[in-house]
Amino acid sequence: MKSAGVTSLATAVTTATVAQAQTGPRLVGPGDVPVTLMVNGKRLELKIEPRVTLLDAIRNRADLTGNKRVCDRGTCGACTMIVDGRTVYSCSTLAIEVQGKQIRTVDGLASANGAMHPVQQAFCDTDGLMCGFCTPGFVVATVAVLEKHPNATRDQISKGLDGNICRCGTFVRIMEAAMKARTVARG
Amino acid sequence: MIGSLSHRTLLQPRSLTDALKMLRDEGPLVPLAGCTDLYVSLNFGTLKGTRFLNLWGLAGLKDISVRGDVLSIGALATHTDLIRSPLVQKRIPMLAAAAREVGGVQIQNRGTLGGNVANASPAGDTLPVLAAADAVVVLRSAAETRRVPFTTFYTGYRQSVRRLDELIVGFEIPAIHGRQWFRKVGTRAAQAISKVVIAGVAPAGRAGSVRVALGSVAPTVVRATRTEAALAGGATIGDAQRTLLEEIAPIDDIRSTSEYRRRVAANLLARFWADAHRK
Repeated sequence: MKSAGVTSLATAVTTATVAQAQTGPRLVGPGDVPVTLMVNGKRLELKIEPRVTLLDAIRNRADLTGNKRVCDRGTCGACTMIVDGRTVYSCSTLAIEVQGKQIRTVDGLASANGAMHPVQQAFCDTDGLMCGFCTPGFVVATVAVLEKHPNATRDQISKGLDGNICRCGTFVRIMEAAMKARTVARG
Repeated sequence: MIGSLSHRTLLQPRSLTDALKMLRDEGPLVPLAGCTDLYVSLNFGTLKGTRFLNLWGLAGLKDISVRGDVLSIGALATHTDLIRSPLVQKRIPMLAAAAREVGGVQIQNRGTLGGNVANASPAGDTLPVLAAADAVVVLRSAAETRRVPFTTFYTGYRQSVRRLDELIVGFEIPAIHGRQWFRKVGTRAAQAISKVVIAGVAPAGRAGSVRVALGSVAPTVVRATRTEAALAGGATIGDAQRTLLEEIAPIDDIRSTSEYRRRVAANLLARFWADAHRK
């Protein structure tokens, strides 16, 4: 298209993406390549194959095992992470292509002193889980919704969490937790 | 599992021109962007390619703009981009409606319009919309740019006219007159692949023509031109439904049965036509 390149609407973020695409090697792999990720505010320098997903890079190479690998095919939401403010399935995202972006996982939500994030606390308080495998994804997705809509309605929460599935069927409690966390976050 | 696939390589183009040269000189390559379909087939072991072309960083292919009377949507516009775009909301609200029903938020944030089309599943939610919109697919290779009407883009189940050296770079959508309508029927509201998906345009006053397109009811998306002619010619809804059933050929599969799809498709047509005449 004629408009290929940076448009007048381009933000600093897209400029950075373009710059990165222009400076990296043109052909990567097979075999390990250096990949640098910003995860929960910390710089992670990894040597991984280009086909490694963000989820596997973070769980298996960086040992941040909060987010779970459940379906591993973009269906269940347990691996949900926030990349530059938007939720993604980390099982269906390549680690190599989110270099230079701010990645947040469930591991980074609690404060340094160990106090839980209000959303995590709300899940505990309302007993918003059973087996717990889907919980990290739900917590991250809930954080993303509430950061976007601090006064989220039930509809907005339900829309924001519709890419996450709980096989135990704890949805009612999850909604309760999200509504409660909203109040807490608002103070 | 994708554990033992270390022979895979990734090509990272620096621009669209670079990507097209790679396709010409270093192919065959599998283009990838949001990976929401690609990683499923990779994990199922059904993906044959070993060399991949990463398009995700080509920011210029995300543009949504209007030139003259034509809405241009870059192939890398994500479903979230479509939902949020005021141009899409104003000119082709049925596309925003379809994008809203694709997967969940995480899929919408990564899945692209170009990917939905290139994946060529007959169940793709945006495909009936593009068919009903008389969209044009813009294909580009290192040598040339081709514009192919969307309704002739697919040649069979998961087959299209796109050559291996070409990329879908965008879509051109002429102005649509009339009321737009979209429905998806799936197992649940989110994260479900459609059993039947339909897009329609009904004339408003003297403006526009009847258009009906359906997905998941044949090997490729169906533009139901005979049904459109029946409705435009004042046929009863019963006659139009009978015509529609001659135009579709759904199968029994993991998501639904042929019989269910036929009944639901006919019901959706009636709903579309009733809504079109509601004040």
